[in-house]
Amino acid sequence: MSAATPLPADRPAFAATGRTPLLSVRGVKTFYGNIIALKGVDLDVNEGEIVTLIGANGAGKSTLMMTIFGNPRAREGSITYAGRDITRMPTHEIARLNLAQSPEGRRIFPRMTVYENLQMGAAVNGGAHFAQDLERVCALFPRLKERLHQRGGTMSGGEQQMLAIARALMSRPRLLLLDEPSLGLAPLVVKQIFSVIKDLNERDGMTVFLVEQNAYHALKLAHRGYVMVTGTITMSGTGRQLLDDPSVKAAYLEGGRH
Amino acid sequence: MSAPAPALAAAPAARPALDLQAILKDALLFALVTFGLCVPVVAYRTDLSSTSALDLTPRWGLVAILCGLVFLARLAQRLILASRDARRALTPSPRQATEAVDATPNAAQSVSRFGLPLFLGVALTFPLLAALGTGGLSESRYWIDLGILILTYVMLGWGLNIVVGLAGLLDLGYVAFYAVGAYSYALLSTTFGLSFWICLPLAGLFAALWGMILGFPVLRLRGDYLAIVTLAFGEIIRLVLINWSDFSGGAAGISSIPRITFFGLPFTADEDGFAASLGIPFSPMHRVVFLYYLILVLALITNLVTLRLRRLPIGRAWEALREDEIACRSLGINTTNTKLTAFALGAMFGGFAGSFFAVRQSFVSPESFNFLESAIILAIVVLGGMGSQIGVAIAAVAMVGGPELLRNLDFLKPVFGEHFDPNEYRLLLFGLAMVVMMIWRPRGLISERSPSVVLKERKAISGSLVKEGHG
Ligand SMILES: Nc1ncnc2c1ncn2[C@@H]1O[C@H](COP(=O)(O)OP(=O)(O)OP(=O)(O)O)[C@@H](O)[C@H]1O
Ligand SMILES: [Mg+2]
Repeated sequence: MSAATPLPADRPAFAATGRTPLLSVRGVKTFYGNIIALKGVDLDVNEGEIVTLIGANGAGKSTLMMTIFGNPRAREGSITYAGRDITRMPTHEIARLNLAQSPEGRRIFPRMTVYENLQMGAAVNGGAHFAQDLERVCALFPRLKERLHQRGGTMSGGEQQMLAIARALMSRPRLLLLDEPSLGLAPLVVKQIFSVIKDLNERDGMTVFLVEQNAYHALKLAHRGYVMVTGTITMSGTGRQLLDDPSVKAAYLEGGRH
Repeated sequence: MSAPAPALAAAPAARPALDLQAILKDALLFALVTFGLCVPVVAYRTDLSSTSALDLTPRWGLVAILCGLVFLARLAQRLILASRDARRALTPSPRQATEAVDATPNAAQSVSRFGLPLFLGVALTFPLLAALGTGGLSESRYWIDLGILILTYVMLGWGLNIVVGLAGLLDLGYVAFYAVGAYSYALLSTTFGLSFWICLPLAGLFAALWGMILGFPVLRLRGDYLAIVTLAFGEIIRLVLINWSDFSGGAAGISSIPRITFFGLPFTADEDGFAASLGIPFSPMHRVVFLYYLILVLALITNLVTLRLRRLPIGRAWEALREDEIACRSLGINTTNTKLTAFALGAMFGGFAGSFFAVRQSFVSPESFNFLESAIILAIVVLGGMGSQIGVAIAAVAMVGGPELLRNLDFLKPVFGEHFDPNEYRLLLFGLAMVVMMIWRPRGLISERSPSVVLKERKAISGSLVKEGHG
């Protein structure tokens, strides 16, 4: 295990700021029944950053994302978002705090059309500036614009993934949580989705927390990264540091450079 | 890579040559099973002889006919399915990717386009049609009563459709709310002398309240578990009505409930009755026709409210809830409130229908609200295709009207002999029809969900697709 020190970022904009992070997770423990899935996780996401979390299957990455959203609840520790303690908040109230999520497995509404799915995404702000946001996500994913009236469930996997991200964007989030957006997608589509994430971050200043199996691309894209092993964060550092770390290379990048 | 290609090309060509042997075998198997079932049930007719011993009359001819029928039916089904599959294999399904993009309306939309005006037209003119068909208003009583019955179930189906079809909450105890509505009117009118027009909204309110009361404990349940609890709830309400005699009159029920008035004018032959006030000759049919239009209006209100709500955030939240509860919550939807409103609204319409039931019968007893009622209403929703309004209406007509029409099966007498009683076979045939229906359309009559928003850009989009060659 290498001792990548906390946050000497290669993007000075964030390293210099000493303010409190947008999202901070402190000592969070989550259980499924009696089984412990998160064994005390500490993690920060600063405003304007892309932070990625990598780890093997079953490490607890999705669990952490869901815990941030209050389902399941953290049994110990605290989660603070924009200065508010959201540890005990119900999921639907968390979703109203400019915090959006594209969960694992996409979870779009299969029998509803793309348009209706996007409307559901805008539900938190009651459909204000819906037309504008629709235009924006259609510009990001022209594919969706072509298929606004197709049922979500009949779209291809990649299109569904685009829809899941677009739906999350409809609420104009300040922090976007993405769980494995590249899952099962062709390399070209992965590239497209990652470039959208980059655009959102650089142009709109959106903060992104990205869970990925595709460690190489994710670490290249992210300002900072964390590595999770069986419910604990074992390493953190800038994307570059982690990419160059021999143990990360051995565990997550072997043959992964596609 | 070249090996699979010929196989792929050969597959459609090989299809039309049906595997007749397998199909015949399959049909024979079905006939055999039918035979097995027939031996204990049909083969011998038991009659009490004069010495009160059992007389057995063999009926092997009937068994043979039944087995033959099943054989032929299965054969036909397999052949039709096989030829359909062959056709599908030759032409790639045009629905796969383009279903909603192309501008042709889907089944739900085309049915609504032509079916809805037709349905509405028939419903509006039904008493007139019945009177013309039978040769007089009084003679048409049977048909108008049947119409009222069907419309009651249409309304109940539409009410339950909110809970089951839209919100996806399987409710087997819907009849409880029907009962709450009926007893609300019965009790309020007999004890406080309140008129129907005041009791109707109150009954809806009470039922909605009970919907919430049921909703709270079952918020965390889904699917089978929810079904069991709602089933129990329905039974509890019925048992309370039976056993709490002081309150509800017990198993004997409540009788002489005041009849409907024309907004205050009673349908009697008196001076201040409806007919006298209008200066027309009195007829008992006035009340029946009025009841018919009352339930029609109530049913249409249910439909309009549902259609309207589907376009509002709450309706969309119901549907999203049906599809994925977790996704709903992470999109900021309060699933608790969403479920409770679905239960409450569905129950409210059940309550309206219940108070209509009470005012029409002027008698209520717990026996009218048993589980079979819930099952029929649920069957209407499922047969209609969950969530489809017009499908539910068609299913209600079939489910309620069907058994009635089957009373007139006298023409089968020459086939089955003189002591064939259509009434005995009515439910059997009806069950058969339902089985056939579920094979033919396993997801209900109208299974396609029609989108709640259809934009005008639709055509433009498909046009641009054609240009780019995506279609
Ligand atoms: N609902 C659940 N009930 C019980 N155990 C669960 C549940 N969900 C997840 N787990 C367990 O918690 C652990 C962490 O799962 P999680 O889904 O967070 O992994 P992950 O890091 O997202 O993996 P992957 O990369 O495969 O998505 C796993 O051992 C998993 O079996
Ligand atoms: Mg995961």
